[in-house]
Amino acid sequence: MKEKLQALLSLATEEINASSNLKDLEDLRVKYLGKKGEVTTVLKNMKDLSQEERPLIGKIANEVREAIEVLLENIKEEKKASEIESQLEKESIDVTMPSKRLIRGHKHPINVALDEIFEIFLGMGFKIAEGPEIETVYHNFDALNAPVDHPSRGLSDTFYITEDLLLRTQTSPIQVRTMKNQKPPIKIIAPGRCFRNDEIDATHSPMFHQIEGLVIDKDITMADLKGTLDMFAKRLFGNQTKTKFRPHYFPFTEPSGEVDVSCFKCGGEGCRFCKGSGWIEILGCGMVHPNVLEECGIDSTIYNGFAFGMGLDRITMLKYEIDDIRVLFENDIRFIKQF
Amino acid sequence: MRVPIEWIKDYVDLGSIDERKLIDKLVLTGSNNEGSFQTCEGIEKIVVGKILKISSHPNAEKLCICQIDVGTEVLQIVTGATNISEGDYIPVAIHGAIIANDIKIKRGKLRGEESNGMLCSLEEMGFEKSNIPKAFEDGILILDEAYPLGMDVIECLKLNESVIEFEITPNRPDCLSMIGMAREIVASFDLNLKKPATYEENAPSEIEAYASIDIQDSDLCPRYVAKVIKDIQIGPSPLWMQLRLMQAGMRPINNIVDITNYVMLEFGQPIHAFDLNALSDGKIVVRRAHDEEVIQTLDDKSRELDSEMLVITDGAHAVAIAGVMGGANTEISQSTKNVLIEVASFDKANIRKTSKTLGLRTEASSRFEKGVSVALPMEVADRVCYLIESLNAGTVVPGVLDSNPTGPKPVEIPFDVNAINRVIGSKISKDEMIGLLAKLEIETLENQGCVALIPHFRLDLQKQIDLVEEVARIYGYEKIGMTLPKLDVWGAKTNAQLIKDRVKFELLTNGVDEILSYSFVSKKDLDRIHLAESSLLRNQVALINPLGEEFSVMRTTLVPNILEVLARNSNRKNKAVRIFEIGSVFIPKEVPVTQLPIEKENLTIGLIGEHEDFFTLKGIVENVLTGLGIEDFTFEKELNHPTYHKGRCANIIWKGHVLGILGEVHPLVTENFDLSERAYLADLDYNILIQLAKEDKKYVAVPKYPAIERDIAVLVKDEISSYQIESVVKETAGSLLESVKMFDIYKGKQIEEGYKSVAYELVFRAEERTLVDEEVNKIFNKVLKALEIDLGAQLR
Repeated sequence: MKEKLQALLSLATEEINASSNLKDLEDLRVKYLGKKGEVTTVLKNMKDLSQEERPLIGKIANEVREAIEVLLENIKEEKKASEIESQLEKESIDVTMPSKRLIRGHKHPINVALDEIFEIFLGMGFKIAEGPEIETVYHNFDALNAPVDHPSRGLSDTFYITEDLLLRTQTSPIQVRTMKNQKPPIKIIAPGRCFRNDEIDATHSPMFHQIEGLVIDKDITMADLKGTLDMFAKRLFGNQTKTKFRPHYFPFTEPSGEVDVSCFKCGGEGCRFCKGSGWIEILGCGMVHPNVLEECGIDSTIYNGFAFGMGLDRITMLKYEIDDIRVLFENDIRFIKQF
Repeated sequence: MRVPIEWIKDYVDLGSIDERKLIDKLVLTGSNNEGSFQTCEGIEKIVVGKILKISSHPNAEKLCICQIDVGTEVLQIVTGATNISEGDYIPVAIHGAIIANDIKIKRGKLRGEESNGMLCSLEEMGFEKSNIPKAFEDGILILDEAYPLGMDVIECLKLNESVIEFEITPNRPDCLSMIGMAREIVASFDLNLKKPATYEENAPSEIEAYASIDIQDSDLCPRYVAKVIKDIQIGPSPLWMQLRLMQAGMRPINNIVDITNYVMLEFGQPIHAFDLNALSDGKIVVRRAHDEEVIQTLDDKSRELDSEMLVITDGAHAVAIAGVMGGANTEISQSTKNVLIEVASFDKANIRKTSKTLGLRTEASSRFEKGVSVALPMEVADRVCYLIESLNAGTVVPGVLDSNPTGPKPVEIPFDVNAINRVIGSKISKDEMIGLLAKLEIETLENQGCVALIPHFRLDLQKQIDLVEEVARIYGYEKIGMTLPKLDVWGAKTNAQLIKDRVKFELLTNGVDEILSYSFVSKKDLDRIHLAESSLLRNQVALINPLGEEFSVMRTTLVPNILEVLARNSNRKNKAVRIFEIGSVFIPKEVPVTQLPIEKENLTIGLIGEHEDFFTLKGIVENVLTGLGIEDFTFEKELNHPTYHKGRCANIIWKGHVLGILGEVHPLVTENFDLSERAYLADLDYNILIQLAKEDKKYVAVPKYPAIERDIAVLVKDEISSYQIESVVKETAGSLLESVKMFDIYKGKQIEEGYKSVAYELVFRAEERTLVDEEVNKIFNKVLKALEIDLGAQLR
């Protein structure tokens, strides 16, 4: 009996080691350890043994069974691992082949730049005001202290619909509407389309975009204006950006100024991009003219404020080094997909 | 405004201030720089020479041979010039010289004769052709003095300094003059202004014997100053004056005209000279023109005037359009003997109007339009007289005619130091502020408070706020601190702005690119999309002065714009294009338009590409709507929209409201846009979407119990819609049905003509327990039966 069991073990060991796949192993498990398996059969025949022999043989039989089980388990794991391994090998791919990616849509670059500007001003506590593209002469010019005979009012500069209605030439009428509808404090930016009677070429478009800002409260100063725009420029063009405030003239602000930023291409040393000056003009600004405040129903002896405005198309073109404004409105998707 | 540094030095001593320093500082005080240039930049080795002898060229009729003394040697030079004579001093480009346009001059032979250089014209020295006087137009520059031979010409003519170009803002017409710019330099660097010399009366007035003035419309002519010059010697003005005029951008003519132009550039005051003998009795009468009054102007054009224009007459004839242009009948000529110098002030709005009506803009009119001080004429007249006498161009007749000798009262502006500081955000003391203003020739009177006395030339200073800018810019914008406003407000987008972000997010994640197109379009666009003649969208807002027909009306739909862009992309071989625009359309409240139209935003989506069809577009639309929390919308077939394929078009309906339309574009419409592939369009009323958008979302528990799925395949007539089948399924199956979705449609072999085989997947689930097959089977059979009865479906 004992010999038989040992012979079974060595035979099983031999066969298990020789088996080539998981299915053979399963067959061997059934052959030795199954209900009618050879080891099982030995154990079933124990009843024929003597009292003395029974525990001894029983122990050996169990040991043989366990040994075969361990053997099977080990070899099974090995086999499984190697089978997976060879499967993986077969499934090998060329990772340099093209990907299957979803194509997402892209915002128009003007709106990409606008979003960035929104982000900066929202963070500084500004709200976003909007207004109509068709405006009254009053909102676009009169209320903004524009001289009656100013050339910008002419048919050669402004698109008219009637004597009193026009396509807004600036986003400033949004400021007028805001001041008329809202009591200070006011802190808004106003983006939008504007129109001027310019023939289309590389640097002119009859339709363009502006974004303006307006802050009205008690005790607003030019220092506040400078601080706000300096922070804006640093956030839009990078922390190393320097700003230069120069006096200028606009009818709706007094004092007025223009802001140059240090050239972000050369850092201010002078290059082709900034035409050698080291500076790039980006916006106009000033303290809201008392005439404008009064016209909009705000007491200029109590309140004052500042306003600023810039060409969004120009900012977009500067930011992305676009040298022809026409491509902005051609809407070739090979252009739009770059942003 | 061109400012030659060499000229400006007459009025201000620049000392050690170089060009860079000058520009940088002036930019910071408000005169923005638009570049600078040197007339003779890059020019080398042009020296003073004297023509000793001119002899004819043996081999060429049109050339001559000159012997030129250049100090160190005598050079033989062959030239074709005809305006030279022996003894002339001329500029000579010697061997190795570089002249304009980077041309190198070398020794050589011309038709066999040795030539060791070249005699130079002004153009060859770098002057703009349009500024060169007639006398030197095609010839050599003849120097007017015996300069040291061999000396660099650029140096001896003082042409080695830059001309700076400044941008002058419309509020500062006084800066359109050398003295105006000198004043800015004086204020910026704290220097002193040197006023140019002027004529001084030293004899009893005799002018009354020569001329008289009669200002009939003084509302348009607040001042008229006249001087008379006799014994005029017309000739060229001195070279220094000509060179300055040329550098400032004006062409020298003759001494009298040049002097009036020169003084205009000095002071910014236009001046006119009449041939006094051509004025009847030396009379000047200033009055409004008569309608249809005609005058022949200096440019030899006949111009018809109207009663709103101001003319200068001699009582009998119009002799000038006031402030715009003189008449041909009184023009200065070689034979002029006596001259009346007019230095006057005219109403700026009137000049602007006249100039516009006549389409005639001159140096004088553009200056009067911007504003010229009424206090200037007397000083300017005296400056003209001084130059005429000192340049021996004529004799000044003592006395002056002045219609308004007292001039205007100076403007006084009371100001409060604290109020000015409050706007700037500075702490400038009263004394410092008074000092800053004084640099600008603004004196301050101190009694109870401060009162600023505004000099006559500063027409822009009217109120305290105007003084703020003067204080701030002379103090220096760069010295003002940087703070942030302390306001009790917060930043946020409005709901509508946030919803727009969500709409764009949905579109972008669906691969749709954003475009921006013009708000004004062609009137023909609506024909191109086959819009009915009766369509309300044909009521458009039209521009009075469009750039052209294609930009003549405000859009009432974005559809043509989107098709245009699709076509452009298609024609540029861009495959698979998905685009959208959210933009305003303009709906007039009445025609013709009298009040602001309704502006509302539309969302239009367009697709082209081989993988696109009605259903890819429908998917995008569904994602946009569900992204906004809009549910329960349906698609109803639209057969009658002329823009679309009648079999492939649907309205999007929400509770009876039309949210928009989508479909394949009609083939003739795509053809109208030169689009040679199928296109798909969705046109949504964006305003309704915003109103329907829901912001709050409520959590629905993920199902705990398993679902049972059943597929169903039936044969139905073609006209039975998927929506009908779904509806029957939903109604019959009851609450245990979780979803029903078509997954296959088949027509063709084995399917009878006029029928289609459709397959649906039905998912059943109970919320609180595991469903068993039996109950699902029961429902399923009920569904089948209902489909059979209601829709005539046959089970497959």
